[in-house]
Amino acid sequence: MSQLIYNPFDMEVHPPRLSPDYKSTILRAPTKPLVLLKQSLAELSGPVFGDFNLGEFDHDLTKNSIKNGEPLGERIVVHGTVFNENGQPIPHTLIEIWQANSCGRYVHKVDQHDAPLDPNFLGAGRCMTDENGNYKFYTIKPGAYPWGNHYNAWRPNHIHFSLFGANITNRLVTQMYFPGDPLLQHDPIFLAVPPKGRDLLISRFDLEATEPDFALGYRFDFVLRGHNATPFEKI
Amino acid sequence: MSNNMYKQTPSQTVGPYFAYGLTSEQYLYDFKSLANNELVSIDDDSITIRGRVFDGEGNVIPDAMLEIWDNQNNLFGRFGTGTEKDKGFVFKTKKPQSIAGNAPCLSVILFMRGQLIHSYTRIYFSDEVTNATDEVLNQIDNDRRRTLIAQKKDNYYLFDIHMQGDSETVFFDI
Ligand SMILES: [Fe+2]
Repeated sequence: MSQLIYNPFDMEVHPPRLSPDYKSTILRAPTKPLVLLKQSLAELSGPVFGDFNLGEFDHDLTKNSIKNGEPLGERIVVHGTVFNENGQPIPHTLIEIWQANSCGRYVHKVDQHDAPLDPNFLGAGRCMTDENGNYKFYTIKPGAYPWGNHYNAWRPNHIHFSLFGANITNRLVTQMYFPGDPLLQHDPIFLAVPPKGRDLLISRFDLEATEPDFALGYRFDFVLRGHNATPFEKI
Repeated sequence: MSNNMYKQTPSQTVGPYFAYGLTSEQYLYDFKSLANNELVSIDDDSITIRGRVFDGEGNVIPDAMLEIWDNQNNLFGRFGTGTEKDKGFVFKTKKPQSIAGNAPCLSVILFMRGQLIHSYTRIYFSDEVTNATDEVLNQIDNDRRRTLIAQKKDNYYLFDIHMQGDSETVFFDI
């Protein structure tokens, strides 16, 4: 059996740890060089979430928190495929999402933005990719919201994504943005990504995934770190 | 090999508002959690690991999230630093065994607002003789090695994480 070795983080597209325009990085980014760790079984393994019983509406944020009616806002479908750098789709990847409601307000108790909560919208969901690496969420388009990074700072519309592939080396937490958002060019979190990587974080409007009389479609594919061995074995 | 079509998706920060999505039950949100901080049921074999995460000015970080992974026992845990009184973390798990002269350890993935990409570290244990022969510990300078070693206390292990400064924790490039 040949040893699997995962490619390093591609720093052509990942943001640097320290990005002073995003002020919180200044006291929180590690400053000493990382210590190179030879990938061992600990790094090449990870939790298997296949036996977790996902709820019927875990992938449908328009339904998973209904109390007395439909959540307000623009319904959207967000779908795509999870690949690795070798171009192989990654089945059984756990995808978790969280987001603000249509007014730009998070349910999280520390969010003090003066915009209304929606009693019928939690803003959290999850799913597993299918055998072809595909996933699909139904949700409400999140609103922009202000934050304290600098004067008149607003985050562009975004959905937070957390992915857990086959092992801990393949961990990814990121944010998906929407095409044409004028706030992107002012957002230090988005702009911390090198120019070459920025387009990779913007979803595409997808007319084919748009459901008539129901919801607009957006496509967002993921690429996780690839590895040296070409044959892909499903574990 | 990577090519232009399949470039890695860039990382972005977990931000301050992950709690109701990733650690919902811990933070008392009405959404079932996939993982929590009790990796084993509490019995004679279980250990407790506690610690806090500090920023570059020595302030406790109250909105970090840790994931720990023990491949030997196939145990995974997740906990945010926003609910304990000291804004720290606590995990109940069991101690892995030493294998082939290498010391037992747990893998840690650390996320927080202000980190654009997550950090990897490891938890070793101060009462393990195999620390002296461990391949990974031995590749690290003496004065930084201690940042990876949880100190045994009466009934728990203490593992503080320092993002910066003289005691900056060793983070790995994996
Ligand atoms: Fe956000």
